[in-house]
Amino acid sequence: MNIEQTDFYTQAILSMAALIGLMSFLMLGQGRLLRLIFVFALQGFLLTLTTALAAYSLQNPHLYISAVLTLVLKVIFIPWMLRREVIQMNTHRDIEALHNKTLVMLAGASLMVFSYYVLHPIVQTTSPVMLNALAVSLSVVLLGMLLMISHRQAVAHVVGFMSIENGLFFAAIVATKGMPMVVELGVAFDVLVAAVLFGIFFFHIRTSIDSLDVDLLSKLHEVDK
Amino acid sequence: MIAAYLVLLIPFVGIVFFAVSGHKSDTGKLNVRFNAACLAATIWLAINVLNQGTILSSGKAFLIDPFNVYLIVLTAFVGLTTSIFSSPYMAHEKELGKLNDKRLRLYYSMYQGFMLAMYLVLTTNNMGVMWVAMEGATLATVMLVSLYRTPESIEAAWKYFILCGVGIAQALFGTILLYYAAAQIGDAENSLMWSVLYENASKLNPEILEIAFVFMLIGYGTKIGLVPLHNWLPDAHSEGPTPMSAVLSGLLLNDALYAVVRNKMLVDGASHSNMAGHLMMGFGMLSFLVAAFFLHRQKDIKRLFSYSSIEHMGIMTFAFGIGGPLATFAALLHMTVHSLTKSAIFVTVGHAAQVAGTQSIDRIRGLIRTQPRIGWGLLIGSIAIAGFPPFGVFTSEFLVLLATMHSYPWLTPLLLLGIGIAFAGLFRHIQPMVYGEKPEGQLPVKANLWPVIIHLGLVLWLGLAIPGFLANWFSQATLLISGSTPL
Repeated sequence: MNIEQTDFYTQAILSMAALIGLMSFLMLGQGRLLRLIFVFALQGFLLTLTTALAAYSLQNPHLYISAVLTLVLKVIFIPWMLRREVIQMNTHRDIEALHNKTLVMLAGASLMVFSYYVLHPIVQTTSPVMLNALAVSLSVVLLGMLLMISHRQAVAHVVGFMSIENGLFFAAIVATKGMPMVVELGVAFDVLVAAVLFGIFFFHIRTSIDSLDVDLLSKLHEVDK
Repeated sequence: MIAAYLVLLIPFVGIVFFAVSGHKSDTGKLNVRFNAACLAATIWLAINVLNQGTILSSGKAFLIDPFNVYLIVLTAFVGLTTSIFSSPYMAHEKELGKLNDKRLRLYYSMYQGFMLAMYLVLTTNNMGVMWVAMEGATLATVMLVSLYRTPESIEAAWKYFILCGVGIAQALFGTILLYYAAAQIGDAENSLMWSVLYENASKLNPEILEIAFVFMLIGYGTKIGLVPLHNWLPDAHSEGPTPMSAVLSGLLLNDALYAVVRNKMLVDGASHSNMAGHLMMGFGMLSFLVAAFFLHRQKDIKRLFSYSSIEHMGIMTFAFGIGGPLATFAALLHMTVHSLTKSAIFVTVGHAAQVAGTQSIDRIRGLIRTQPRIGWGLLIGSIAIAGFPPFGVFTSEFLVLLATMHSYPWLTPLLLLGIGIAFAGLFRHIQPMVYGEKPEGQLPVKANLWPVIIHLGLVLWLGLAIPGFLANWFSQATLLISGSTPL
């Protein structure tokens, strides 16, 4: 595939995919919570841009609605909530010591290769652009999981959780030009409720273990120790 | 079709009503009435489907066919009997000072919220909405798992939230891939409608669908509690209030399996490799065996029975994976009898824990001497769930065994071994709890055991003779899923 020969929309989508993937890697190696939240908001903003771009190029007005939803939820509301939490807990100056940072980054890179490998069969029926976009979204999903595994703070888990949603949204916009409206609204509703519940949970976890370090949540065992 | 809208409307009104009115002394009874009204609506719906066959609403938003209508009735039935149990149970928990009015308001409102999500999963024709409703069920129940606000329950709820949330995100990716495959052949607006997809299944790209199915199985499989994605399940079941454990085990797991089977039907239509079936067989067998072994090591009575749920979900997934008419029939029957038996067991377990004042197996003793009905209920329930004749679980497990011998004879020993291990695992714990001397000062509690009697009676009936209309119903569903009937 020669990228100069494709139209502007395709080129833009490919760059967006690359940037969104990059954001996931930036989050993965980030030890400071406030910066993590900032990068997450940036990823949400890129997603908003992609959605608006798709709405404009494909003449699909309902995508504007999802662009606004993404902007409000992922760029403003959730980062604001998480930021407030971090500052309240007074953890914004802490640098979380990540175990095996190099290994985590290497694992992230392997996950990206793995995503391409998994989705490769679809290249027979579709353009390579689509393969790139889908593979990047899958790797954003997997990197979100890796983020949750490698970080210990509950806030980082929420960021990972929400960045998984970002990956899914990107796939939905690029591959299928947006899901049907009812589904998209439903998903946005679920994300909103999840965000509110996370806020409530922070409060409960804080009052129960006086910290947001989820490694301390370890009372339930398979067998008695 | 009005019946289907009623089924969704009643719990919705319930959510708003309980949220607004707050908790009063009669809220538990009102909850029972809401569920009873819903059961009536579902029976009306079932009669419609029996008379007219599959119903597709205008705009194709809802699809009611023989497969989901029986699950809808089952959902409403278990929802009703559990609410009958929950009313005195929650009142007792409040007397003990574990809960207050505010949390009970949340509890009753979200009880209806959970029921609404379950009905929506079952009735919707749109695979995307199905996903949304499934996630909605997690969101509705997550605050109920942490209802007691103990550190353990908060940990369990957090685990439940994160694991199920991340897990089910995979299913959304699968749904997007499915939509992508469908958009290539038809109009985009109806491309996520199951009925449209099913008609055009042979035209869908098999490779994309197979990849999509892997994601769906992992996503919804997290909710089914398939090993190795099951970690949240014993925690959530053991730390939440017992009525929640009953509906989670009896309904949520079934409905997640329902979602997987719907997707399997699409994949089977598109590809002829039976890859979906083999995956389900593998995961099902693994869950079944691992859970059977884990039964032996449990210290908490509710954890014990949640592992038993994983074991039975494993059998069902395995049976749907085999896929022939006999195995499918067996799986449908097993879904029914497992739901009925397991929710009955959780009802008795809840009361047993209240009698003993603990959930620890080592400290629950002499139930029959303290309160014979609870002791016998637990014993008979365990006999039923372990697969003894003449209960219905025996019938369905026997049919699964037959189907396995027919299609994959080399797997039969594994299945028998697992059933034996699970039986031993259950009874080594149950026997000392129900028999034996009663500890000093252990008193009976106020309990309504009608749900248990009715459930176990039904399971017994299904084991002795499946009534004609129900057998007919199951074979129609089997016809739909596997393409032919077993009878």
